[in-house]
Amino acid sequence: MARADTEVRVSLGDREGLLGTLMLAPAFLYIAALVGIPFFLAIALSLSSATIGDPHIHGFVGLANFAHAMHESAFPIALRNSIIVTCATLILTLVLATAESELLVRDFRGKWLWQILLILPWAMPVSLAAVDWLWLLDSEFSPLDWLLRQAHLLGPGTPWGPANHLYYYGREWLGLGAITMINVWRLLPLATIIVLAGRTAIPREIFEQAQVDGAGFFRVLFRITIPALLPLLVVAGMFTALLVFGDMTVVALTTRGGPGYATQLLPYWAYLKGIEGGALSEGAAVALFMFPVLLAGAVLALRMAYRADSN
Amino acid sequence: MKKILRRSSFYLGLLLFTMFAVFPVIWMVITAFKQDGDLYNVANNPFIYNLPPTLKHITFLFTHSSFPTFLRNSAFIGVVVVIITLLLAVPAAYSLSRLVGHWGERSGIAVFLVYLIPPTLLFIPLYQIVSFLRATNTVWALILVYPTITVPFCTWLLLGFFKSMPRELEESALIDGCSRWQSFLRIALPLAAPGIATCIVFAFALSISDYIYAAVFVSSTAARTVSAGVPTELIRGDIYFWQSLMAAAAIVSIPLAVAYGLLFDRLVKGFQS
Repeated sequence: MARADTEVRVSLGDREGLLGTLMLAPAFLYIAALVGIPFFLAIALSLSSATIGDPHIHGFVGLANFAHAMHESAFPIALRNSIIVTCATLILTLVLATAESELLVRDFRGKWLWQILLILPWAMPVSLAAVDWLWLLDSEFSPLDWLLRQAHLLGPGTPWGPANHLYYYGREWLGLGAITMINVWRLLPLATIIVLAGRTAIPREIFEQAQVDGAGFFRVLFRITIPALLPLLVVAGMFTALLVFGDMTVVALTTRGGPGYATQLLPYWAYLKGIEGGALSEGAAVALFMFPVLLAGAVLALRMAYRADSN
Repeated sequence: MKKILRRSSFYLGLLLFTMFAVFPVIWMVITAFKQDGDLYNVANNPFIYNLPPTLKHITFLFTHSSFPTFLRNSAFIGVVVVIITLLLAVPAAYSLSRLVGHWGERSGIAVFLVYLIPPTLLFIPLYQIVSFLRATNTVWALILVYPTITVPFCTWLLLGFFKSMPRELEESALIDGCSRWQSFLRIALPLAAPGIATCIVFAFALSISDYIYAAVFVSSTAARTVSAGVPTELIRGDIYFWQSLMAAAAIVSIPLAVAYGLLFDRLVKGFQS
């Protein structure tokens, strides 16, 4: 009996296909239940007339929710702002991450302490980071305003005067700029870590050889460093774009989309419509608008990464 | 001369990046100890203590707010989510990289695409599922949904790890009479330790920093997390408890930053494969 028992166990441990399926199944079923089903539910919702008061999916209304959302004046603004904020954050983050990885690839004394300080923004939960920046750029007590006033750039009779404050969150472009800055600030450590993973993998000899050949700093940067970093720059860019485009926390806690709809972003608008406004179906429709953009971006990025990898 | 110039420009660059990262945090820490009369005076230099610093607002945070409850909830949810994530993601990643054939190795993109679906797209239907399960206003609602973020991400990360591991190590173990399952436990798992450590940090971080699910699924104070609880409890209409808000943010993020910072090189390695 005992012998038969071990035989069964050994054969289960050795039947790779079955073992593989068993090991994959829990994760697969979980994701199917809590990502797959909700995803299709989101599509069904967006085609229905469900509200918070009556959340059942019935009353098929076709594309009416989409049409309704698209005709609202907030939609083009929110879409435009989402794209602007995502692109600006992406570019700034990648440039800064490349520069920062160039510094952190070296060994120097007390590196661990610098690493703790540099990683701080990313360790902070997003909502607390947003609250921190809300206070940093406060309409009345912002220390940046105070510094600008000391430098005679702000206040009566100065270039940015006559007001004593810039009211960062009360203006369209300053508000969008502030949201972009917060995103760059919180995502730069992550992007740096990803780029650094590529940077440390470049053999040192390549740079020494380039130096012997007399190549200047920028020549080395554009001919050697950036091409070698490309796959991981794509990964870093994808993370950054994804985390910014899908995020509503920063805008929800700072400008709240205001003044008016001037700094509204798609995810927060979906939240306002779907949960605060109670129109679940319209909220779902707005949220679904983001998916094609995300999908196109990801496919593009991954194709670039593959091409760079195979070269 | 040239060497000195290069060294000083290196440290200048490092200093600029560090200032950008820590300036808002320094501002946060300065604020936490300020008296009201000092804080709300536009004429004051905001960077120094014009009145003596006080611990009043930090004591307020621990004795007169629900901050301790939020901390407990966040820590509990974080630990449970890390455990669930590892139980689901580690076997799945190993299976995809070794056992289910050629398509498994190439499934990295598909796994990543799942991570790409943002919470903002799923929170409305998930809200319905959570209320169907009568889990709204409990920490279990969040424990149920957070692995949707952490499992795809960690599976993707570990997939790279297992793929970069030389097959020969396990093959020789198989020849020596180990079963596939044993070789997974005894050889692949210890070798993947850096990847698993990275996953633990990420899963904990992702579950602590989520705001949207925590704000939508939980409205009772008793089940709130730090992320959603601190801004809602300490911002009441037009009244902002700035010092306590800043203290709460500092208390949560500085220990996290130390943990992350010490794992910095590990995280870099995590992305290398």
